[in-house]
Amino acid sequence: MSKKAGRLFSSTSIVWLALLLVTWLLSSYSRDLSKTFDAKWITRFPAGWRLSLKNDISAAMKWLVEEADFGLFTFRELTRGIAWLIEQPYNLVLSVLSSGWMEGQGSGAVQILPPLSWIAVIAVVVTAGHFAKDWKLALLMGLAFLYLAVFGQWDSAMVTLASIIIAVPFGVAGGLMLGIAAYRWHWVDQALRPILDLMQTIPVFAYLVPILFLFGFGPVSALVATIIYAMPPMVRVTTLALRAVPDEVVDFGMMAGCTKAQLMWKVLVPTAKPDLMVGVNQVIMLSLNMVIIASMIGAGGLGFDVLASLRRLDIGAGLEAGIAIVVLAVALDRLSQAFAQPRQSGEARRRQTTILYRYPRTLIVGAFCIICLIAGYFFVSIQSYPEALQVTTGTFWAELVKSININYFDDLEAVKSFMLSTFMLPVKRFLGGIPWAWGWFLMAAAGWYFGGWRLSLLCAALAFFIIANGLWAKAMVTVYLCGVSVIIAGIIGVPIGMFSALNERADRIVGVIIDTLQTLPSFVYLIPVVMLFRVGDFSAMIAVVLYALAPAVRYAAHGIKTVDPQLIEAGIVSGCTKRQLLWRIRAPLALPEIMLGINQTIMLALSMLVITALVGTRDLGQEVYIALTKADIGRGIVAGLAIAAIAIIADRLIAASAQSMRKRYGLA
Amino acid sequence: MKTSLICGLAGALSLAAIPALAEVESTDPIKLTLHDWTGQLLTTNLMGEVLKKAGYNIDLVQADYIAQFAGLKTGDLHVAMEIWETTGREAMDEATGTGNVQNLGETGMQAIEEWWYPSYMKEQCPGLPDWEALNACAEIFSTAETAPMGRYLGGPVTWGGFDDERVEALEMDFEVVHAGTDAALFAELESAYQRQAPIVLWVYAPHWAPTKFDGEFVEFPPYTAECYSDPAWGSNPDMAYDCGKPRGPIWKVAWSGVEEKWPGAHAIIKAFNVDNQEMGDMVAKVDLEGAKLEDVVANWMTSNETRWQEWIK
Repeated sequence: MSKKAGRLFSSTSIVWLALLLVTWLLSSYSRDLSKTFDAKWITRFPAGWRLSLKNDISAAMKWLVEEADFGLFTFRELTRGIAWLIEQPYNLVLSVLSSGWMEGQGSGAVQILPPLSWIAVIAVVVTAGHFAKDWKLALLMGLAFLYLAVFGQWDSAMVTLASIIIAVPFGVAGGLMLGIAAYRWHWVDQALRPILDLMQTIPVFAYLVPILFLFGFGPVSALVATIIYAMPPMVRVTTLALRAVPDEVVDFGMMAGCTKAQLMWKVLVPTAKPDLMVGVNQVIMLSLNMVIIASMIGAGGLGFDVLASLRRLDIGAGLEAGIAIVVLAVALDRLSQAFAQPRQSGEARRRQTTILYRYPRTLIVGAFCIICLIAGYFFVSIQSYPEALQVTTGTFWAELVKSININYFDDLEAVKSFMLSTFMLPVKRFLGGIPWAWGWFLMAAAGWYFGGWRLSLLCAALAFFIIANGLWAKAMVTVYLCGVSVIIAGIIGVPIGMFSALNERADRIVGVIIDTLQTLPSFVYLIPVVMLFRVGDFSAMIAVVLYALAPAVRYAAHGIKTVDPQLIEAGIVSGCTKRQLLWRIRAPLALPEIMLGINQTIMLALSMLVITALVGTRDLGQEVYIALTKADIGRGIVAGLAIAAIAIIADRLIAASAQSMRKRYGLA
Repeated sequence: MKTSLICGLAGALSLAAIPALAEVESTDPIKLTLHDWTGQLLTTNLMGEVLKKAGYNIDLVQADYIAQFAGLKTGDLHVAMEIWETTGREAMDEATGTGNVQNLGETGMQAIEEWWYPSYMKEQCPGLPDWEALNACAEIFSTAETAPMGRYLGGPVTWGGFDDERVEALEMDFEVVHAGTDAALFAELESAYQRQAPIVLWVYAPHWAPTKFDGEFVEFPPYTAECYSDPAWGSNPDMAYDCGKPRGPIWKVAWSGVEEKWPGAHAIIKAFNVDNQEMGDMVAKVDLEGAKLEDVVANWMTSNETRWQEWIK
C-alpha cells in the first residue's frame, strides 16, 4: 500500500487538481450554464423528484401520538408511563434539594418539610469529596458550591443539580445495558452503531418537539432529551471497556465456574470499572451541556437564568449563571474522576463492629443535616443563604463590553471585513455554486479514493438523501460555515496543543481555558460577540470556533505526547535539533491523532450550528431552528438528519484517511 | 402530578399561604404557561394572583411559545396568557380549529411591530419618521456587506412580517438582514446605541427596548387588509405589502376543558385586562431598574384592587 501510494502520488495529485479545476469552473459558471440552456435542473434539484419525507414523518408522528394503539394501551400512554417513572425520583430529589416536601398541588400546596439547607448541601459535597479522594478535593467541592451560594445562584443551581442527578444514572444505566448487549451479541453492535451515530449528530432541537408531544410538558421532557443526548458515549465506552478486559481474566472467571451473569457482573464489569468511569464522566459533562437547551422546554434552573438574563441583555448576570454551570461541571467532573481512581479499601474499617466506626462520615453528615434542619426553623440564614451577603459583578461585564465597543469597534470591523472579503465569502461563493450533481459525484469519488467502494456507496447515499430532500443549497452553506470555522479552529488549536504538550505549565493553563470554553454555555458569549461584530456569518464563525477549539487542542497535545519515546531518542541520537525533532518526528507521527482531533472539531462545529442559527445564519441549523419554533416535526427531523449525513460523511472520510496515514507511517 | 415549578419566582409564589377563600369548582391546579420574556411572565403572574384571590389553585409551568399548543390541545396545559396576533396567529388558528383550544379574547395589550430607529438618527436624516425620508438616506445605514444599500435588521425569519416583500414593493434601497433571536436583535441595538451609530431595525412593543432607548417607529403608509391581499392597492400597482405592518391584539387562549372544569376561572380569565402603558412600565421596572418580579406583581395587585375585584365577582 505505502509503495503504491508513493508511486501514484504524482498521478493522483494531477487527478485531484483536475477535479478541483472542474469544480471551480462549474461553481463559477453553472448559473450561466443553466440560464443559457434554460436547464434549471443544473443548479436546482427538480422539485418533482423530491422526496416528501418531511410530510411523511410529520404524519407518522401524528399517528404515533394520536392513534398508535397496542391493544392494552396506546403508544402515548406508554410514553406517559415512562415519563411518570422518571418523574417520581426527580420529584424526590427536587424536594430534597430545592422545593421541600409539599402537601397538595400548585399554589394550594403547603410546605411540610423544607429542602436541605445550603450549609447541609455543602457539608454533603465536601464529605463526598473527602470520601472519593482527599481533603484537597473536599475543599474544591466546598468552594464550588460556596460560589453558587455567594453569587446568588443557589436556587437555580439546585434545580439544575436535581436534573443532573436524575439524568446521569438513567444515562449511565441505559448506556451500560446497551453497551453490554452490544458486547454480547454481534448483531446488536451492528444495529446500534448507526443509531449511536445519529443520536450524536442529529441536533437536539430536531427531536425536542416530538419529545414534548410524547412525554408531556415540564422537566421530564427535558430530562428525556438530556438522557438521549448524553447516553451514546456510555454505550461506546462500555463496549470498548468490556472488550479490553484481558482474556486471562475471563478465562479465570470461567475456570472458577461463573455463570454468564456472574461472569458479567462479578468479573467483567468490575475489571472494566476504571474505563467505565470515563463513560460516566462523559455522561455528566454532556448532561451539563444540555442545560440551556433543556431549559427551553421547561427544565428551568441555571439554563433558564442564562437565557432570561441575556434576553434583557444583562451580560453580567448571564455570565454569572453561565459560570455557575461551569463550576457545577468542574465539581462533578473532578468528583466522578476521583471515584474512577482505585482507592485504599475500607475493608479493614468495615470489619469494625459498631456502625459509628463503619460509616463515620455518613453518620456525621446525616446528623449535621438534621441539626441544620432544626436550626433552619430558628435562623433563616441557615436554611437559605442570606440575600444581603450575596455578591454580584453587577454591571462590570456590560461596562467592559461597552468600552470595547466604543473604543475598538472600527478596528474590529476592519478585521471582520478583511476576513469576510478575502476568505469567508470566496469560500461561500465557491461551495454555493457547485451544482448538486457534480457535488454528488465528488462525494462518491472521495469515498472511493479513501475507503473503496463501500465508503463510496455510503457517501453517495447520504449525499443523495440531502439532495433529494431539496436541502443541497442549505447543506452547502452549512459546509461552508462549518468548514471555515474548523480551518480557523485548526490553525489556532493545533499549535496551541503542540505547544502545551511540550510545556507543562502552559498545559495546565490551556486545560483550564479549554474546559471552561466547553462547559460555558455558548449563549453567554454569543451576545457580546453580536454586539461587537453584528448579526451575520462572522459572529457565527467566532462562536463556532470558540466552542469547537477544544478537541483540536486536546488531540494535538495527546498526539505529540504519545509519540513513541524510542523514536524521539533515535532522533536525538542522530543529532536532530529541537526544531527538527518537532517537525520531522513529533508532528508527522502525531498527524493521525491530529486528524482525529479535527474530526471531533467538525462534529462539535456541526452541533453548534443550531445555536448559531440564533444569530441569523441561513443553513441547515436555521432550518432545524425554524422547524422547532413552528413545531414542525418532519421538517426538523429531515434537516437534522441532513446535518447528521454531513457529519457521518466527514467522519468516515477522515477516519479512512487517518487509517491510511497510519499505515503509511507503520503505526497500525 | 408535577408539583411546584422551576424558576425562583414560581417557587416563591407557590409557597405563599393557602388562599382560604370561597368555594371553587375544582381544587386541581390550573396550569398557566410561562415563556421567557418578562412581559409574559408579568401577565401570567398577575393572572395567577387574581385567580388565587378567587380561591383557585394555580401552577405556573415553563413551556415553549409555539410548542405549548400541543399541550393546550390535550389538556396537559390549561392557559396561555400572551399569544401575539403578529407571531402566534397561525399556531393559534390551527389549535382553535381542532376545537380543543379556545380563544378567550384580548388581553387589552396591542402588539406593535415596525421599523424603528434611535432618535439621534434624526439629525443625520432629517424628515424621519417618514419612510421616504428614511429611504433617501439609506446609504447612512449601509455597512461593508450591504453597501451601497442600507442595512435593515429584521426579526428572526419565523416572525414573518414580510420585510423582504415590503422593501421590494416600496422600492427601498435597503437590504434585509435577519437576526436569529430577539436577544441578538437588541444586542445590536444596544451596541449601536452605545456608539450612537446608525441603525434601523425591527422593534416591538410592549418591550423594554422602546422604554430604555429613545427612538421612534418609522411611518409607512398605514396598514389595511387590502394592502396585503391586493397588489393594486398602494404606491406599487403590481405588488402587495407596500404599507406598514398591522398592529394586532395579544390574545388569551385556554384549553377548552377549562370552561367545564373551572367555569368561574374561565370567566375571570376572560375578564382580565391590562394595557400597553402599564405593562411597559412594569416591564421596565423589572428589566431596567432590577426590581423583583414578585414585588412588581404585588404592587400592581394592591394598587388595582378595585379592578380585579370586579373581574372575580
